Amino acid sequence: MGGGGGGAEEGVEEPSMVRACIVRAGGTNCDGETKVALEEAGAEVELVHFRRVLERGLRGCEVLVIPGGFSFGDRVRAGAILGKELAGRMLSALKDFVEDGGAILGICNGFQVLVEAGLLPGFRWGEVQAALALNDSARFECRWTYLRVENGGKCLFTRGMGRGEVVRMPVAHAEGKFLFPAGREREYLRRLLEKDQLVFRYCDGKGRPAGGRYPLNPNGSFFDIAGICDPTGRIMGMMPHPERAVFGWQLPDWTKGESPPLWGDGRKIFSSLVKELR
Amino acid sequence: MSELYRRLPLPFELYEIGLRGAGREELSRISREMGLAMSLREMEECRRYFSRKGRDPTDVELQGIAQTWSEHCFHKTFKGTVRVGRRRVRLFRDFIARATEELSPPWCVSTFRDNAGIVEFEDGHALAVKVETHNHPSAIEPFGGAATGVGGVIRDILGVWAKPIACLDVLGFGPLNFPYDRLPPGVKHPRYVYRGVVAGIGAYGNNMGIPTVAGAIYFDESYVGNPVVYCGCVGLLPLKNYVKRTKPGDLLVLAGGRTGRDGIHGVTFASLELSEESEEVSRPAVQIPDPIEEEKLRRGILEIADRGLASSITDLGGGGISCASGEMAREAGCGVEVWLEKVPLKYSGMRPWEIWVSESQERMALSVPPENLEEVVGIFEEEEVEATPIGRFMEEGPLRVFYRGHRVAELDLDFLFSPPLVERRGEYRAPSLEEPSFSPPEPRKVLLRLLSSPNLCSREEVIRTYDHEVQGGTVLKPLQGEHGAPNDGVVLKPLPASEKGVVLSCGLKPRYGKIDPYWMAASSLEEAVRNNVAVGGRRIALLDNFVWGSPEREEQLGSLVRACEACYRFARGLGTPFISGKDSLYNESPLGPVTPTLLITAVGVIPEVKKAVSVELKREGDPLYLVGTTFPELGGSEYYALLGYLGKSVPKVRLGEARRNLGVVEEALQRGLVRACHDLSEGGLAVALAEMVLGGEVGAEVDLSLVPSGGRLREDFLLFSESNSRFLLEVKKEKEEEFRRVAGRRASRIGRVLEEGLLRVGRGGKKWEVGAEELRRAWRSPAW
Repeated sequence: MGGGGGGAEEGVEEPSMVRACIVRAGGTNCDGETKVALEEAGAEVELVHFRRVLERGLRGCEVLVIPGGFSFGDRVRAGAILGKELAGRMLSALKDFVEDGGAILGICNGFQVLVEAGLLPGFRWGEVQAALALNDSARFECRWTYLRVENGGKCLFTRGMGRGEVVRMPVAHAEGKFLFPAGREREYLRRLLEKDQLVFRYCDGKGRPAGGRYPLNPNGSFFDIAGICDPTGRIMGMMPHPERAVFGWQLPDWTKGESPPLWGDGRKIFSSLVKELR
Repeated sequence: MSELYRRLPLPFELYEIGLRGAGREELSRISREMGLAMSLREMEECRRYFSRKGRDPTDVELQGIAQTWSEHCFHKTFKGTVRVGRRRVRLFRDFIARATEELSPPWCVSTFRDNAGIVEFEDGHALAVKVETHNHPSAIEPFGGAATGVGGVIRDILGVWAKPIACLDVLGFGPLNFPYDRLPPGVKHPRYVYRGVVAGIGAYGNNMGIPTVAGAIYFDESYVGNPVVYCGCVGLLPLKNYVKRTKPGDLLVLAGGRTGRDGIHGVTFASLELSEESEEVSRPAVQIPDPIEEEKLRRGILEIADRGLASSITDLGGGGISCASGEMAREAGCGVEVWLEKVPLKYSGMRPWEIWVSESQERMALSVPPENLEEVVGIFEEEEVEATPIGRFMEEGPLRVFYRGHRVAELDLDFLFSPPLVERRGEYRAPSLEEPSFSPPEPRKVLLRLLSSPNLCSREEVIRTYDHEVQGGTVLKPLQGEHGAPNDGVVLKPLPASEKGVVLSCGLKPRYGKIDPYWMAASSLEEAVRNNVAVGGRRIALLDNFVWGSPEREEQLGSLVRACEACYRFARGLGTPFISGKDSLYNESPLGPVTPTLLITAVGVIPEVKKAVSVELKREGDPLYLVGTTFPELGGSEYYALLGYLGKSVPKVRLGEARRNLGVVEEALQRGLVRACHDLSEGGLAVALAEMVLGGEVGAEVDLSLVPSGGRLREDFLLFSESNSRFLLEVKKEKEEEFRRVAGRRASRIGRVLEEGLLRVGRGGKKWEVGAEELRRAWRSPAW
């Protein structure tokens, strides 16, 4: 499926095909639709258990995607165990992977994993500098959100979107409240902004920041932060689910029109990725 | 322990039970002391069997028999005979299965036989559907009880090799403001039960990545001591993967979580009425949920299905290994031997009978040809799931169970699967009721109060805690658009390459049953179908789930017979076969039996998902059409309930009218003539209008004098009657002519869509109105 080149024979290098590796652990559960979204954008996708990634590394793939779900049942904290597994065993391999032109995308539980692994915000490689805490509502929240694109072009994944553009994607999590360490919020936020690492903020339909107001900001995130990237722009984590907003019929109000639009906003993330890496 | 129980001289605990020498009193005592929940007649049947064999049974044997013969596993009441007056009927055969047999549509792949009902879907794929109840465990331990209910029904879907694609949950609780001082000892407060159950359902489905998309919540005082928890699951399978052909020589492989003492006597517990002691006595009957284990198990099973490595599969639910191994052998016409010491345990020290009947969660049984064993175990290992051969299917012969080389049970399968069928008396006594007489209160105020009433108000608080978007296939959501409008049904698109969708909906009318269980069942069934058709569903299959009080009470059984009669007549009449069902009887607590509750789940298909129609009004100027006739049917209505009445005039279903109205709506939606559609149910026309307005950005104006009615009705009756077979449609203005041709006299234009967000209702010269925001506020503020 999808619009990619296709027809790549085994062993033959097909430069136009972007190869994505979706890594999963017990409890990962958004890998199926993430695969569909990546393939739709023209990537070639392999689904790999994280143990295999630990064994054989990331050779042969350009994008590592950590999808949503409840890896290890969210035990300890959401994303903590998989985050520590990756950080503990492949921290330098992941660094090489990104420096060699690879990209890493973490969605929902994947974002939690990247934060727990110390890859995001990544002011210092491997150091945990943020947290995704329990929602202010203290419960799981499944709802569509408006996001404003804040990135000025550093982030690889949003180059197909314009700064200030308002997009829609659903969130579905109990622990998505983005926090910096108490007392360092202003300093870290300044660094985030200076290095163009802020990617998405929760906002209203007109693009005005949610200002912490529920349910526009569904979890109470600091500065309405929904997604960030690392200083290189090649690692992004976000709580909303772009893979659930790829097709027009997935939108929450497509029935307003005569028939659904062809695409949803989430698709732009996957197509940016494929375009940038091809 | 007395001489009735003799410990055998073995290095582990095994008892022989002195059944042959036991008198009636002792038989009852054994049943009670061992927690068997068997009747005297069943105990006598066991005594006869073992006398014939010339030996006494072991505890393993007796426990195993009790599991297989339990109401939960064998459905003795539905399979047995009921005497009603001079008639003798069999509920399952004469009503439920009969409708399906007489209709026998070619698209039904498997009905009633397997873990789930299976119907064709698209392109070699089929849908598997199952709904279960988990009431008693949820009463004792709400979170764990509900979560394991979800886990159990998901395993039913895995048990036909299907990938779970959606969960649905219908819940019944006591009033959340029930006074604490009226709670009998041992009964947990409805608020505690409600919170725990909702959290348990969300936790399991969310953790497994299965969207929880449909359901209902209903409050009734009779649920205080015995909540109602229906858990349903829909799966998708390539039909070629549907393999059930165990052969002699195949290994019995147990996969998944370890076996422990949790969930001992779950099925026999289900046949006991809840009491003050339930907490203490039956807590171990509630299992412990671990959704991540089941998530991994699912991956393994679907991989094995795709590679075609196993010859059959079943879930371990009620009765644990004892039921699963026996059923698999019986199904395949084989014998089976089981080696209990091979079963991986959570801890040491379990007695053989405990291993045999434990209902620990997240376990499945597969039959695997020996040459495939290594590959099967390897697949599970890759997912970090334990899989262990624990037995072997034999050419013929009985069920034999071994523990450390000793034979601890040997039972003939014919005996095991022919429990003495019960014959009970049922007698329905119509309650003596009358229609209230009162002068109508102001309709505007009534409407707002109805929207806030516990059974009608918004369920957003609950629905948002369920992930209803995971898997990315939810086309029509449980909450539509900005204002979370309540769609009648949901639509899923499970196959990326196909535009075809699955449509799910429910019908549930407990209060009607207080007037007449026959019309309650008829209304529930038609409501489920109506909800399905309202969003674009067709080719509808049904599931029936009965929650009743003790069938040992004549009036309970009598009302069950009446409900089943309606199920047959209306399923047959609407051409909607039953494909699966389940009954949960013995729903009684110190507060008495539950209100007889029937859940009908409808599963339809929609040829193109983009033709699905949502509930909220959309465009100014569109005409509003009412399909169907309004009768003075307010008995059991939300309107009467609000005023403190029950009434007598329960809504009926007129088959001819129902068929024609459903047909009109189906065709209008298929032709793309309709922009919004809502069925009329609780709260009648007024609430349907309000929900269509509060869900959108526009308003509506209707003239009640244009509403077709059976006789001249009072305004409040026109507004709040709950007559069946009615729909409210926003017809596309530009398609109005075509719609009128399709609908003929079945539909009447009663108003139009307004630009302004408000609802205006008139009759003759008088008018009243209410703003959309006020409607929304009322709907979101439950009035307890």
